[in-house]
Amino acid sequence: MPLIVCEDIWKIYRIGDVEVPALRGLSLTIEQGEFVAIMGASGSGKSTLMNILGCLDQPTKGRYRLDGVEVEQLRHDRLAEIRNRQIGFVFQSFNLIPRTSALENAQLPLFYRGLSLKEQRAQAAAAIQRVGLSGREHHYPTQLSGGQQQRVAIARALVTSPSLLLADEPTGNLDTQSSREIMTILEGLNREGITVILVTHEADVAAYASREITIKDGLILSDRATKARSHEVGA
Amino acid sequence: MAAFVWLTILTALRILGRNRLRAGLTMLGIIIGVGAVIAMVSIGEGAKSAVKKQIATMGTNVIIIWPGVTTASGVRSAQGGAVTLTVADALDLKKKIPLLSDTGWSKRDVRQVVYGNRNWNAPINGISPSYLTIRDWSFSSGGPFTQADLESAARVALVGQTVVESLFEAGEEPVDAVIRINNVPFRIIGVLSPKGQSAQGSDQDDIIFIPFTTAERKVLGTLFLGSVGSVFASTDRADDLPEAVEQIREVMRARHRLQQEQPDDFTIRTQVDIGKIQEGTGHTLTIMLFAIASVSLLVGGIGIMNILLVSVTERTREIGVRMAVGAKRRHIVMQFLIEAMTLSLFGGALGIVFGLVGAKLTTIIAGWPTIISGDVIVIAFLFSLVVGLFFGLYPANKASRLNPIDALRYE
Repeated sequence: MPLIVCEDIWKIYRIGDVEVPALRGLSLTIEQGEFVAIMGASGSGKSTLMNILGCLDQPTKGRYRLDGVEVEQLRHDRLAEIRNRQIGFVFQSFNLIPRTSALENAQLPLFYRGLSLKEQRAQAAAAIQRVGLSGREHHYPTQLSGGQQQRVAIARALVTSPSLLLADEPTGNLDTQSSREIMTILEGLNREGITVILVTHEADVAAYASREITIKDGLILSDRATKARSHEVGA
Repeated sequence: MAAFVWLTILTALRILGRNRLRAGLTMLGIIIGVGAVIAMVSIGEGAKSAVKKQIATMGTNVIIIWPGVTTASGVRSAQGGAVTLTVADALDLKKKIPLLSDTGWSKRDVRQVVYGNRNWNAPINGISPSYLTIRDWSFSSGGPFTQADLESAARVALVGQTVVESLFEAGEEPVDAVIRINNVPFRIIGVLSPKGQSAQGSDQDDIIFIPFTTAERKVLGTLFLGSVGSVFASTDRADDLPEAVEQIREVMRARHRLQQEQPDDFTIRTQVDIGKIQEGTGHTLTIMLFAIASVSLLVGGIGIMNILLVSVTERTREIGVRMAVGAKRRHIVMQFLIEAMTLSLFGGALGIVFGLVGAKLTTIIAGWPTIISGDVIVIAFLFSLVVGLFFGLYPANKASRLNPIDALRYE
């Protein structure tokens, strides 16, 4: 069963009396364990697609099945639960909570589960270790470099062991060296079986992915495998 | 859930700790409101208990009958001034109403008292011996006069502490001294134990008691013999007071030959009534103070709401992140409610401290008695909690209704 099945997805924004379609009947299937780069110019609809895939937004029309669950009709709180259990987010601007330690930032998703404090701490510490930031658990975001902040954000995304990791231009605010580190981590996570979907407009970042989808005017312009899937799960 | 609440409280404390000045200013309204409630209720309770003590000095289960109709509008029936209370009324009441343990009477006016080269204007009370027992007067030296003294119109006097202090040197023994009241010599046979202020605020110890008969014949004068200023009665049990008052009214109306439609030409008050009048004054005060406190709490609550709305705006992105990683609406609502309640509870706690200190200072500086009741502290604390909850609801709800995408993008 594919992880993501989108069928004829429309997203129409209404600005006054004018209807502006951001997605126009887009269909897409992504298997478990894929590493997909979504590319496109700004205004192409790729951010809208990411929001829908991430269950932050719902399509105006069409069906979206995530891991077999129809999500387009779900209520706000049910979506929050799905985001909490299945999806990890990495943003361009890191979006760490200010003046809160790296460990507590990584702990945040567990905050909304019924876990004991001790368990939350342990899992968050493990996630911090996984992104190579051991020893910096108690640093505040301002005490960390951009690359380190993004690694905290990745730790936060993977602390819940999600099946899907959505990265919206994760290297957009980083220098080349940090970008490479971040992409290496994402690549590693993908190798462990997590499906990674990446929005970028940098070709060298997209090159880490095994599939490249280009979006234009709310539709898929091209969809091609860029390299052999060396680590497909259940294929 | 417990872990969530606990962490949220810690987070709230940390956020408030970061903005100490802001939090302090926000809490000011609550602090003042709660402090005012605590201080004022303590002062009010203290005053109330002082009044209660004063009323207790009147005697036990006392009923007082005054002549005339004391209506507030001043309209009196034209009964003719001659109809007043008499000794016969008092004696008849005792005979006809078994509920009454005793009756007494008094007649009072201010006269000059002279002792040696000193003089003093004191209220002279001509009384029946029973008056002393009804009003619970006791003696610090000497003793009361007797029925025989009353019948023989003896020239004996009982003096209160204030009179003693005004006429005698410190350490001088007043008993057996001879004073002149209205130029009539009286031998002092008893000094009264002090009672302090009355419920109306007059000095009860500024008093001289002499036998009623002596008073009307030799000191105060009278329109006709046997007319008294007021009649006193007492019952054995406080529960009997209302019934006794009814019976007194019936007997008095019959004695004064009042027709059905005529109003009473006397007024009956019990100790309980007088207590109620005093409490009524206290009540008005309490209502006023509560109004002031309510306004402060309202202002404090609005302050909390205001600062939370600012906080929601400042932390829009954080709210977006929390939503993205799985916070449900109720999580966001709870986070802000807990912040609001932390603010208001802190304010409440500080207010309680300030209130207690204020009450203590009032006692020390103004000398007013204050009583701190645990109930008020608990109520004030709960009240600040409710204020936090109520005024936190709108900002918390507003935060929880944010769209995660917009919130994440908020600059």
